[in-house]
Amino acid sequence: METPLTANIRPGREPLDIAAYRKNGGYRAVQKALRSMAPEEVTGAVKDANLKGRGGAGFDAGQKWSLVPMGGNAHRPKYLVVNADEMEPGSFKDRLLMEGDPHQLIEGAILAAYAIQADAAFIFLRWEYRLAAGLLKQAIAGAYRSGFLGRNVLGSGYSLELNLHISGGRYMCGEETGMLNAIEGRRANPRSKPPYPQASGLWGKPTVVNNVETICNIPHIVNNGAGWFRGLSRTGEGGTKIYGASGRVRSPGAWELPMGTTLREILEEHAGGMQAGYRLRGLLPGGASTDFLTPAHLDVKMDFGSVETAGSRLGTGTVIVLDNRSCPVGMVLNLERFFARESCGWCTPCWGGLQFVAQLLTGIEAGQGRMEDIGLLERLAGMLAPGHTYCALAPGAAEPLASALRFFRDDFERHIREKRCPWRDA
Amino acid sequence: MLSDEEKEEINAAAAAYPVRQAAAIDALRIVQRRRGWVPDEAIAGVSEFLKMPAAELDGVASFYNLIFRRPVGRHVILVCDSVSCWLMKSDRLLERMSGILGVETGQTTADGRFTLLPSVCLGACDRAPVMMIDEDLHTDLDGENIDKILERYE
Repeated sequence: METPLTANIRPGREPLDIAAYRKNGGYRAVQKALRSMAPEEVTGAVKDANLKGRGGAGFDAGQKWSLVPMGGNAHRPKYLVVNADEMEPGSFKDRLLMEGDPHQLIEGAILAAYAIQADAAFIFLRWEYRLAAGLLKQAIAGAYRSGFLGRNVLGSGYSLELNLHISGGRYMCGEETGMLNAIEGRRANPRSKPPYPQASGLWGKPTVVNNVETICNIPHIVNNGAGWFRGLSRTGEGGTKIYGASGRVRSPGAWELPMGTTLREILEEHAGGMQAGYRLRGLLPGGASTDFLTPAHLDVKMDFGSVETAGSRLGTGTVIVLDNRSCPVGMVLNLERFFARESCGWCTPCWGGLQFVAQLLTGIEAGQGRMEDIGLLERLAGMLAPGHTYCALAPGAAEPLASALRFFRDDFERHIREKRCPWRDA
Repeated sequence: MLSDEEKEEINAAAAAYPVRQAAAIDALRIVQRRRGWVPDEAIAGVSEFLKMPAAELDGVASFYNLIFRRPVGRHVILVCDSVSCWLMKSDRLLERMSGILGVETGQTTADGRFTLLPSVCLGACDRAPVMMIDEDLHTDLDGENIDKILERYE
């Protein structure tokens, strides 16, 4: 089984410096692309590879790039933004990639920028990733010194400036258009789409925003081709995926596996199954803003299409495990409090609705709920659904709420009937 | 209102962007690193220096949770209260921290040593529960190891 994304990563040891990275074949893809491929050919290879965006939405990366205006009439400067703001609760895969092999990200960013002919690129990193910040700063400096960044990269005539932007915090910054506002030095409120960032992004110029893991795949696609990349997967969606598991499993962690690996294999073989004394009650397949799945879903293949068919979303692919000794209502309350706190306040259904949801759940968890609160929560989940807000924060909050009301309805009703949390007194 | 060193550092950060206002967050952090927090006079100084309205800059400063518009302790503790840590009993951890320090979340100890803040997921869910103190990540926390960790921060 090939694991291109983590091939250079040596747990517990420092990542490869630029010399060692190059010795392992690093920056060969940049040399190949800049010397022998037109930008459109790089985009074409990524399109053929069927690389779905790894930030959570699963939008086809090559298609995203192909929407950027090219040629002499395109507005300039154009920008690439690497979304390294990993803040989706339960997700820790981008941390692994940045701490483990920072040059892979830099190389991927250069290739993505070249494909869309970006003049400048930003890596938008959350402040809390201090180790990654130091390593990336060092890697960027190394790439400049070796001529992979800056003016006239490798004598190709292509120039690229790459800067690291350290965030001031807030979940909203991870949202594509919120991130653009944050880089511009504004509040990270979302922007209306259309226009999409590819047409009008940073300072109104064509901009592509890609997730860290998405970008890390690019050097391997350029080196080995789209056919090879598709062959890494067990399904139609190309590549490997960094999956993870947290909660009461025996060995929480993150693993690079073929795209389309089943939930059962991730949880039982790689995470080692549940800890002694705990049973699996449910799970969020890819972060806080994905619908709950249950033990009945363990044979679902973890790719974007299959998880959607199962009624949820692959999201970030890092599984959060609910065990039988944790209260499902308490877990949903934790999630909704998070979303209510992180709502940026731009759209009324989001800030108002989420406050109300959190308040109702607080009441139910404290044994003060009424049976009609369940219907009210269902109506609120509908109000938070797509189409009522500028961005996906509220729809994301609705997913675990609506699915919990379906799968754990008995537990909600029991809290209300018994006027207490059955787990609290247990 | 801004020192020469602050101005120099802010100018260096602003060089990354085509528009000066884009350096607002960098500038606030530069001030905060030197002064511990962002007082009103720094808002005035930065807004003038970056040629943006002070009210807008204050809107930016108050939006981002890692920019402090009130004084904080010598050490800032961010305890993750998101879902993976919650499943590993972070609520008990936060209660215990609160008890040891004698403050609620959002408060600073009377001796000015620690400020206790809840935090969004810190992205180390496989090592939950976790917290950060200043720039250090502390993982796999339990009742036993908290006191020892706190001792390291004077």
